[in-house]
Amino acid sequence: MSEVLVLVDHVDGAVRKPTLELLAIAKRIGSPSAVFIGGADKADAVAESVKGYGAEKVYVVDDAEIKGYLVAPKAEALQQIADQASPAAILIPSSAEGKEIAGRLAIKLESGLITDAVDVQVEDGAPVTTQSIFAGSYTAKAKVTKGTPIITVKPNSAAPEEGAGAGTVEKVSVTISDAAKTAKIAASNPRAATGRPELTEAAIVVSGGRGTGGDFSEVEGLADALGAAVGASRAAVDSGWKPHAFQIGQTGKVVSPQLYVAAGISGAIQHRAGMQTSKTIVAVNKDEEAPIFELVDFGVVGDLHTVLPAVTAEVEKRKG
Amino acid sequence: MNIVVCVKYVPDATAEQRFESDNTVDRGAVDGLLSELDEYAVEQALQLKEAAGDDSTVTALTVGPEKAVDAVRKALQMGADQGVHVQDDEIAGSDAVATSLVLAKAVEKIGQPDIVMCGMASTDGAMSVVPAMLAERLGLPQVTLGSRIERKENQLAVQRDGDTATEVVIGTMPLVASVTDQSGEARYPSFKGIMAAKKKPLETYSLGDLGVDAGEVGLSAAWTAVEETAARPPRTAGEIVKDEDGSGATALAEFLASKKFI
Ligand SMILES: Cc1cc2nc3c(=O)[nH]c(=O)nc-3n(C[C@H](O)[C@H](O)[C@H](O)COP(=O)(O)OP(=O)(O)OC[C@H]3O[C@@H](n4cnc5c(N)ncnc54)[C@H](O)[C@@H]3O)c2cc1C
Ligand SMILES: Nc1ncnc2c1ncn2[C@@H]1O[C@H](COP(=O)(O)O)[C@@H](O)[C@H]1O
Repeated sequence: MSEVLVLVDHVDGAVRKPTLELLAIAKRIGSPSAVFIGGADKADAVAESVKGYGAEKVYVVDDAEIKGYLVAPKAEALQQIADQASPAAILIPSSAEGKEIAGRLAIKLESGLITDAVDVQVEDGAPVTTQSIFAGSYTAKAKVTKGTPIITVKPNSAAPEEGAGAGTVEKVSVTISDAAKTAKIAASNPRAATGRPELTEAAIVVSGGRGTGGDFSEVEGLADALGAAVGASRAAVDSGWKPHAFQIGQTGKVVSPQLYVAAGISGAIQHRAGMQTSKTIVAVNKDEEAPIFELVDFGVVGDLHTVLPAVTAEVEKRKG
Repeated sequence: MNIVVCVKYVPDATAEQRFESDNTVDRGAVDGLLSELDEYAVEQALQLKEAAGDDSTVTALTVGPEKAVDAVRKALQMGADQGVHVQDDEIAGSDAVATSLVLAKAVEKIGQPDIVMCGMASTDGAMSVVPAMLAERLGLPQVTLGSRIERKENQLAVQRDGDTATEVVIGTMPLVASVTDQSGEARYPSFKGIMAAKKKPLETYSLGDLGVDAGEVGLSAAWTAVEETAARPPRTAGEIVKDEDGSGATALAEFLASKKFI
């Protein structure tokens, strides 16, 4: 069976959940091979975790000489592994960096690229992707018609599947050109942990907008009662109430949780682009004409400053 | 310093979108405009020029249909010095791979600039891959997705707010850069700017001018194929209650419990 390369998304060797989702998708297409580009001392731990989700092979690229450079070296490393493995497909997490790596790789391998897939199935032996387009108002099915399909996949597009693979570690030494080492990462400040679930991975997201008036404590209170991540509209971010990392929408994060709660958010098209595919949508807004109500499964017309604390208390009570 | 800023003509995001029978976007159906996300790129290009205070030039470049020249005009009105419009019927339906090829060839014809400036994503396609592809094709450093950008002599430093970390990325010119909508409000064209734009040089290139073979671009040359498009089923109308003396909160908690979120 052909290999399917999965680029491991990790922070210092801690494998992030989208990688495990990609391994589940890879199994549908062929034999999953994880590609870990990172610290050699972390390789065993990474191999152990991806093996538990079906990785038959784990390619390890020691990043000691390239981690100080943006994107380009990773694309070169993947190209060299792909040349050797002739994979049936290459799956990459749909992060900003993931898409840039994929873009460069597509040119190098002269292969078709599909970004932001929300589902990948196999038809006639080839991967067929589903994408959500135009702010989530359309879906499109597509496939790659040239070269090795390169597909970037959004978080939450598949459930991780446990099940042991062989997890055979193969160290690869790649040759990285000087041309790929020209965009230097001069500083890197890891984002402070919020103590809440990761926004793009969370099952529940509670977001606040301009209607919060800048006080997010009620939004956060409900989020914590529900075990949810906290999000924000661009108006809230532009007002400096939350950092940009919290922004949901076209120019922020795209989330697709089981439950999305929008408090004091009007529901502009650019915001919808980031949350429209959520399974269940709830809004609290004092304006009954707010466009967000066109999307909701349940809406409360009311003041969030009274409704949210009351719901939070009710949730706490029911949890016992 | 020469800066080329890549601007895309996109359908108005607030208008309803339609597809043609070949599953390409019906670009004639809705009015278009300069992608709002590319206004940020024009703004940063102009600020770099202004800070340099010399005879730097900013060239606005677009690849697109006849009407796409409007995107270049808007950039000229904002303050770009000259415009280039690559227009050729064969380009219709091109994917990012082909678009980046045409852009790269146009950049080379304009003359190797010090900075190729892009937006963070097209508001219609939103793939966010063209700048990286351009860097790959041109063999230039890629300093992309900057929320802040700063020039130090022949270097450009951008702040890049990633998923897990905020990074500072530095490249030496010539390079390809892109900026996000956090990089700073874009200016509106002034009346003077609008008048001045009418006299600014605007060139149109065909594929032939760029030495690009028609077989390398367009729908038939795309390396991917859309098989099917479908409107998402409209969401079924939800229940909406008015909060009166706490009734809204109770009803919402009831709803959350019924869906097993509590
Ligand atoms: C290129 C571009 C990209 C963009 N990208 C994004 C993006 O990624 N994400 C994004 O969110 N936006 C984005 N926007 C901005 C978007 O168009 C809207 O301006 C923004 O989403 C509005 O945020 P909001 O809903 O919080 O504020 P508003 O539209 O001002 O709405 C506030 C809402 O709060 C309600 N409210 C007020 N007080 C209360 C109260 N006490 N209780 C209950 N409700 C109350 C009001 O009725 C109103 O509906 C983008 C815009 C552009 C042009
Ligand atoms: N047809 C085009 N003409 C000019 N610039 C473009 C075009 N397509 C993409 N770009 C540039 O590439 C950036 C990212 O586009 P994309 O990869 O399509 O999301 C845009 O913000 C533009 O700066």
